[in-house]
Amino acid sequence: MTEQTLPHADRRKRQLPQINPVYFVLAALIVAIVVMNPAFAEPTGYMNFLKRAAPLAILAAGQLYVIVSGGFDLSVGSVITLVVVGSSILSNNDPNSTWWVIATMFAIGAGVGLINGLVVCYLKVPSLIATLGMMITLNGVAFMWSGGSPRGYLTDQFRFFGRFNIPDLPLIRILPVALIVLIVLGFALYWLMHRTNLGRMIHAIGDNPRAANLAGVPVNRVRILAFMVSSLSAVAAGILLGGFAGVSTDVGTGYELQAITAAVLGGAQLLGGRGSVPAAIAGALTLNAIFTLLNFLGLPQPIRQVVQGLILIAAVAVAMQRRKHTGR
Amino acid sequence: MKKILALALAAGLALTGAAFAQAPNFDDPAEFARQKTLLTTAPMGPADMPWEQYLVDGMKDTASFKKDGPYTVCFSNAGVNNPWRVVGFTDLQQEVALHPEIGELVHVDAEGSDDKQIADIDDLLAGGKCSILIVSPNTTAALTPAVEKACAVLPVIVFDRGVNTDCPVTFVHPVGGYGFGIQGAEFIAANVKKGANVLMLRILPGVDVLETRYSGGKHVLEDAGLNIVGAEFTDGDNAKTKSIVEDYLQRGTIDAVWMDAGATAVAAVEAFQDGGYPIPVFVGEDQQDYLQTWQANGMTAIAPTYPTYQWRTAIIAAVKTLKGEAVPSPEWILPQPAITMETLDKFVSPKMPPLHYAMCGCEAMANYPTAWGGQ
Repeated sequence: MTEQTLPHADRRKRQLPQINPVYFVLAALIVAIVVMNPAFAEPTGYMNFLKRAAPLAILAAGQLYVIVSGGFDLSVGSVITLVVVGSSILSNNDPNSTWWVIATMFAIGAGVGLINGLVVCYLKVPSLIATLGMMITLNGVAFMWSGGSPRGYLTDQFRFFGRFNIPDLPLIRILPVALIVLIVLGFALYWLMHRTNLGRMIHAIGDNPRAANLAGVPVNRVRILAFMVSSLSAVAAGILLGGFAGVSTDVGTGYELQAITAAVLGGAQLLGGRGSVPAAIAGALTLNAIFTLLNFLGLPQPIRQVVQGLILIAAVAVAMQRRKHTGR
Repeated sequence: MKKILALALAAGLALTGAAFAQAPNFDDPAEFARQKTLLTTAPMGPADMPWEQYLVDGMKDTASFKKDGPYTVCFSNAGVNNPWRVVGFTDLQQEVALHPEIGELVHVDAEGSDDKQIADIDDLLAGGKCSILIVSPNTTAALTPAVEKACAVLPVIVFDRGVNTDCPVTFVHPVGGYGFGIQGAEFIAANVKKGANVLMLRILPGVDVLETRYSGGKHVLEDAGLNIVGAEFTDGDNAKTKSIVEDYLQRGTIDAVWMDAGATAVAAVEAFQDGGYPIPVFVGEDQQDYLQTWQANGMTAIAPTYPTYQWRTAIIAAVKTLKGEAVPSPEWILPQPAITMETLDKFVSPKMPPLHYAMCGCEAMANYPTAWGGQ
């Protein structure tokens, strides 16, 4: 009996002061934005912000699965590009194509994640290299498919998810569909990671794969699933991004690093074993808040980049500091 | 210690001084004035075929290059790495098909790398097959020695970006960046009130043709007494463009948008539409998606162009040279028309891909529109 209650009490004691610093950083940035630009506190201000942050937030939450399992997924940016370019070609301006095109894209995403996972698990290629190879391959596929220039448009139906705002609502006035997608997927990813056995097993293999294996965790299967979740989240992010901004052939460039940065801002441990979905989403919002704040400050571009880099390093340093304190 | 520090400081200062001294001048009043005049100069050459027209007289005798066909035309291309170059390269290939005297086109793609292009030119020269060499340089300074080396062996045609030597037979290019900037900015000045807010959107800093577009546009806007609320870099990214415009709209009104390139123009227009704002006066470029958005919304807009038909002119210049016919030289300056509200309907074509550059001079060519990705 005592053995069961003791660790419980211990955990509660440790959890109480433990609010992830990313939330404070995010709050501070938002206050700064509102001070700079009071219009941000209006619904159109913060709703636009959430709408444009939604793709990265979903991507970061998916990336977190791979990071917690002890890997990296660098292929997500190229999956986004492939989704946008592929959808514009497949849909061929036909509004009725939306659903099967989206289904096809998720199937492609699942396939990419499966291959990533298989290569990492069975060919023993480190995830950094495996997904880097996948990134280069997929960028090549997207280029071959498009010939270097977009070949078609995305239909309004397809763009609904990333572009449309539900108008004339009481109190909040507008509600972007992208935000609903973020809430639904964010909750699903939270539940899967923090409320199911799969989530616990992902943590376990990231912490110590050998111990997890000895404890009966099907390491390879779990790792493959983590890669699939990441690729599927990239498909969702691609659909939102394509919806938000239309077709371009380099839409996904750089998103892989932004997703990893967002997860780390949310306190995820880069070599696995630790991370939180809500904090990764907050990390993505923080990253976007930094961009927005620097837009509002109106600094010249080079200074903006310097400030952006410094804020990033500082924010991650704060996140790491917390780990030292809690000893985890 | 102090001495070392002072020395290091002095060295640092000298270095930055040198860097500044070397920085190319993107704000040259003489060139600005020259291009401004060229915009309104009546072209010489066949009417309705702007790719064969030229703005500055001065012909070069090419009798010494005269050769019997069939010709092997070698083309060292900076890259096919953006939609403008994709359209242009298709233009060039289709132009080659019009000339039975060209036996073969040897195309080498430098993939956006100076080093690769220098090596490519060396390889082409060593191969000894080329009757003539066409170069579209990746960057001006880096490719100059390679072009000079080629000039010693065979006739060379340069187009798009230039080189710092006049050894080529001719350098084919449209009016230029200042002209592009002036056309858009003058349209804004004519369509908004004095003191109106103008947002300038740029792709990225440091590219010569884009810098001159910006400085040209900025001068005209400032001289017209307009208020430039900001000049932002979009990285050519749709999502970033839309976000930037949304952020500006939160802070105040925008009466006009000036852009140095039009690939993200539709995203900028959508920021106004999605936010429920009226679409202001717009400067885009000749991409199909922008032209269609412009037509569908009845916008007050203009599309300056950097015509892709210059890729056709490069082949025409090469063939003329090999036949010993005179070509405009040292520069073959092509007209650089803007698409206006009067001429818009002529250029809109929904069957073409979104980033098809409409000023291609290609509508009457045999494989139009399929070769350009149209339906």
